[in-house]
Amino acid sequence: MLGEGILKGLAETARNFAGSFVSAERLTTVQYPEQRIAPIEATRDFPFLVYDGKDWEAGMRCVACQICEKECPPKCIYIVKSTDKKPDALGKMQIYPTRFDIDISVCMSCQICVEVCPFEAIKMDTEFELSTTDRFGGLLLDRKQLSKSNEHYHRIHPTEAAEVDARLAGEKAKSDAKAKAATAAAAAKAAAAPASSAAAPSPAATDAAPAASAALAETDVAPGGNGAGNPAVGPADGESRA
Amino acid sequence: MIEKADQIFVLLQHWLVSFLPAGLQPVAGVLLSVVVIVCLFPALFALAVWMERKGLGRIQNRLGPNRVGPFGLLQPIADGIKSLTKEDIVPRSADAAVHFLAPVVLVVTVFMGFAVLPMGRNMVLADMDAGLLFYFAMGASTELAVFMAGWSSRNKYSLLGAMRAVAQMISYEVVLLLSSVAVVMITGSLSLTKIVEAQNHYSWGLPHWYIFTPWGCAGFVMYAIAATAETNRSPFDLPEGESELVAGYHTEYSGFKFALFFLGEYLAMFSISGLGTTLFLGGWSAPFSWLGWVPSWIWFFSKLMLSIFVFIWMRGTLPRLRQDQLMNFAWKFVLPMCLLNLLVAGLWRFMGDGWPRWVVCSAILVLAYVGMGWGEMRRKHFGARSYRYAE
Ligand code: SF4
Ligand code: SF4
Repeated sequence: MLGEGILKGLAETARNFAGSFVSAERLTTVQYPEQRIAPIEATRDFPFLVYDGKDWEAGMRCVACQICEKECPPKCIYIVKSTDKKPDALGKMQIYPTRFDIDISVCMSCQICVEVCPFEAIKMDTEFELSTTDRFGGLLLDRKQLSKSNEHYHRIHPTEAAEVDARLAGEKAKSDAKAKAATAAAAAKAAAAPASSAAAPSPAATDAAPAASAALAETDVAPGGNGAGNPAVGPADGESRA
Repeated sequence: MIEKADQIFVLLQHWLVSFLPAGLQPVAGVLLSVVVIVCLFPALFALAVWMERKGLGRIQNRLGPNRVGPFGLLQPIADGIKSLTKEDIVPRSADAAVHFLAPVVLVVTVFMGFAVLPMGRNMVLADMDAGLLFYFAMGASTELAVFMAGWSSRNKYSLLGAMRAVAQMISYEVVLLLSSVAVVMITGSLSLTKIVEAQNHYSWGLPHWYIFTPWGCAGFVMYAIAATAETNRSPFDLPEGESELVAGYHTEYSGFKFALFFLGEYLAMFSISGLGTTLFLGGWSAPFSWLGWVPSWIWFFSKLMLSIFVFIWMRGTLPRLRQDQLMNFAWKFVLPMCLLNLLVAGLWRFMGDGWPRWVVCSAILVLAYVGMGWGEMRRKHFGARSYRYAE
């Protein structure tokens, strides 16, 4: 009959109304500032930059590739690339952002920056008490404010962080293996070259292997050596700009 | 003593006025009553807002406001201070004069309606012979205020909200009037005091309220529906449907002007509940003859707050209607029922006392309701929704 649904609905709300007075477990509300519930693991609000180790500047994973800046739908990321390089956490020489700003008043928490970052350098934070009295400057976070340690990442998103770490370790192992293979190949070449061209006597050939490995050690250092002049000023430079 | 408690406000007024020279006394008496009404109802508004927020919270298994004062009772004061300190923004392209006037016109016309409501024995500001007519004239002017607000804002959402409001209010104004006409037919008077007097009789301890008659019950239900629509309350809150129109006609209002709209909305709710109480629920008369010693104004305000509670309950229950559903409901269902109700009221009047009129009148109304309801429901298809896409 017409109107039956309305009566049923009214009965349902009346039951809830009365029920909320008699049974406390109906009330799911928490008295927030005094009482808190731990955020669920998938919570996210604004991005932060992950760094490895102790020093946020040295350990910053971001290599200023600017992919996130291009992909961010509301364009709230602003990056300035460095002109020099500094070693990243793996010891590889990389450029780094001398400026990395996110305007969280514009950010819409879409997580696209996280999805596109090839270096696992930017992740979503769970910090939500970000109110400030300065609605422009206070909500524009610079790279120092954005940097949070990998431990923090592990604390807020344990599963995800473990996955990321495993992936990074895998990548590192792979790149190490590749480097090793490359060095081995280079060593073989180096070993073969003197052997064929100089046609040295057999004691010399046995000697060649350590010599080649020494040479390899040299080449291993060489990339570092190449840029070594610049990184020395790099951090200082960055500091002055920050 | 009981007499005194019942007439306390009237006596107080006479006593206060008696200090003035005789020539000034009538004017002063009226002014005093006006001041009381203008202070009392906003206070009631604060209470109703608190009740609404608490009640809705409880319906949704929340606590509602509980920070400001005990049980959040001071929340309305905090809200008032907030809206007073907020910036009052007028859009650059708005019609400033009309934009300013709209909330004022709304609140003033709504207040005017209270003038004819008998809030207790001998407690009516202006006992007009055509009180009901005056009330409806004032009630209809609120539509003007709503449209002024929507039009002057120069905002498409405001305008859309105002258009909806006007369409809705005019449609339901008809229903509101026709459902009240039955009362006028039976009482034979447009004076609200006379209407209350006519209901203030008891047989076997039970009152002769109009709601306890077949035509009165049907009329009350239709009056309640129309009143909900008139005051733009959920489920008829299309004019300010937040999900589609930002805030409807008061989108461009901020600060105290917005608070005035808010106040106007609640005052309209009070006054229309007050009128419903007067017309169908026996106004200030007691629900049982042995409760006659309780002051009449207590009954009036209890009934008023009870209606407010029902408004809140409905808001917590029903989803918003669609515009076409709203219009169809008004013109195709409620209006025919209203017209039929007029006929039934006539029958009731001329069939004399005795039980046959109860049976006949109830049967006609129930059959019509069930029949029309069945007709309406038959055309509805429930179940999985089918979508049509453009080719
Ligand atoms: S979460 Fe989305 S909006 Fe925010 S910075 Fe990342 S890409 Fe931009
Ligand atoms: S956060 Fe990632 S995507 Fe963005 S600039 Fe740094 S490395 Fe590139």
